[in-house]
Amino acid sequence: MAETVLETTGLTMRFGGVVATDNVNFSLKARELRCLIGPNGAGKSTFFKCITGLLTPSEGQVFMRNQETTGWHPHEVASLGVGIKTQVPNVMDGLTVVENIWMAARRFMPSKEASDKAQDVIERLALGSIAKAELGRLAHGERQRVELGLVVAADPWLVLLDEPAAGMTAGDVDRMSAIIDEMTRTAAVVIVEHDMQFIRSIASTVTVFHQGAILMEDHVDKVMSDPIVRNVYLGKKA
Amino acid sequence: MSRSWGRQDAATIVAAIVLIWLMPLLISTYTLTVLVIYGMLALSLGLIWGFGGILCFGQAAFFGLGAYTYAIAAINVGESTLPMILAVFVPALFAALLGAMMFYGRLTDVYLGVITLVVTLILFKFVNSSAGPQYVIGEARLGGFNGIPGFHTLNIPGQPDEYIWGDALYYVCAVALLAVYFLVTWLLRSSFGRIAIGIRENETRVSLMGYDVRARKTILFAIGAAIAGLAGALFANWGEIVTPGLFSLGQSAEIIIWCIVGGLGTRLGPIIGAAGLAYLKFLLGQQSLIDNTLIMGIILVLFVLFLPKGIVPAVASLWKASFGRRSGRKSAGRRHMRRVDSANG
Repeated sequence: MAETVLETTGLTMRFGGVVATDNVNFSLKARELRCLIGPNGAGKSTFFKCITGLLTPSEGQVFMRNQETTGWHPHEVASLGVGIKTQVPNVMDGLTVVENIWMAARRFMPSKEASDKAQDVIERLALGSIAKAELGRLAHGERQRVELGLVVAADPWLVLLDEPAAGMTAGDVDRMSAIIDEMTRTAAVVIVEHDMQFIRSIASTVTVFHQGAILMEDHVDKVMSDPIVRNVYLGKKA
Repeated sequence: MSRSWGRQDAATIVAAIVLIWLMPLLISTYTLTVLVIYGMLALSLGLIWGFGGILCFGQAAFFGLGAYTYAIAAINVGESTLPMILAVFVPALFAALLGAMMFYGRLTDVYLGVITLVVTLILFKFVNSSAGPQYVIGEARLGGFNGIPGFHTLNIPGQPDEYIWGDALYYVCAVALLAVYFLVTWLLRSSFGRIAIGIRENETRVSLMGYDVRARKTILFAIGAAIAGLAGALFANWGEIVTPGLFSLGQSAEIIIWCIVGGLGTRLGPIIGAAGLAYLKFLLGQQSLIDNTLIMGIILVLFVLFLPKGIVPAVASLWKASFGRRSGRKSAGRRHMRRVDSANG
């Protein structure tokens, strides 16, 4: 079986008296695609931030490729070859698409090769028509796509995406699914997502969070038909 | 792309040489020298603020530190080469330590401004009250509010008796400014500079890409301080005395005003802002009808209100709008992009 690339043991995060994630044990194999779902406040995003280093967990450990990364800074986690996309689009507004992607690639290769890599990514993600545009001028969907480009440019073996489909049009979402599909050929992908339509379209294993803990973990179809899950999360049916 | 850059650089050099040659016909070299030095000081803040996003309220601290380092070293050494080198490295080292403390402590924006402001005040207060005979470094007395006069000024390296002063000092300062300008240009085109601009745009994203933002900001901060230190050392040579006034808040505020008026995010803007406003101040200083600082304040307010991007960006966009075929193509591209935007949004 493929090696485990991401593992958490007893991961707990408390904000004062609130336990946002409670003793979460999670593991992910190489090239696996996993969606994290759950109602608002279930602890998905906190869990995500603990893995990426944006938050330091109160208790428990995070391992990436068997190396403990608990309490690491985001730049140290990213340096391992982990691609991260946050919930709010985090791009460099004053710079062009090419410059943005060049910068992501430059971290792992010399300047010249990074330029070639940027061109390559722009072709793959069909960003050619907006390559020279400043990010600040682009539409939301395009910005999201460029941010995925930033992730792809670094050739990650683990990709962490927080709500990549949020606020996107149907066409954008289709394109997004295709990009994610391509990512899974070389990387394990974790997606925090609300949009059940989107999760069905990429059909994967789903981990359901509820009140900070993992409620169940199974294929999307089974999860959708599970009565407990429907109760806590899909009560109104997505 | 690199060829057009080369052409632009060549044009800059030619324009600079012509300016260096022609300006003494209009303004005395004594005044010009200090304008050039202020230009370099403004460029140091223009680099870290305009391109690195670090708003430092204490750039005068590094300027003063450079000047004092030069004066103290020159008294002890008796020639100028080593003191000049020290005047660059001491402020850089000081800034590296201060920067590391701030950036590794995750201080941002306002707090950064407050800390740098306070550091400038502390230096000012300390130097100002160092008049007693116990404040001695080697053979140099710090002199408190009287400052340090009578140090060895700039000489030709290796020949302590061949002083560089008057017209010669002006040319040395002007060439030094040109050299610093190209150093900054080169830095901004390098990967380090491009990533620094990325940090200015979005710190979180750059760290999520795997770059250590704290270290990079510290290094940039130190480079800015090194340039300010060099400007300070040249200023010491021009004035032939260093006083605590170099560390004053007024000086710090002025540097910020130069950058805003000249244009942030450009290399030329701060230099033009500094030289222009300093010259204006010099002219206004010859009359006693209106207070100098009042006019400076009015200029700043007017610029912030009506020309918030500063002179250089405004002139550049005006130039693009009126001349050149290249700009035509660019705006066509922009129109196209807008169409793509509206199609997607």
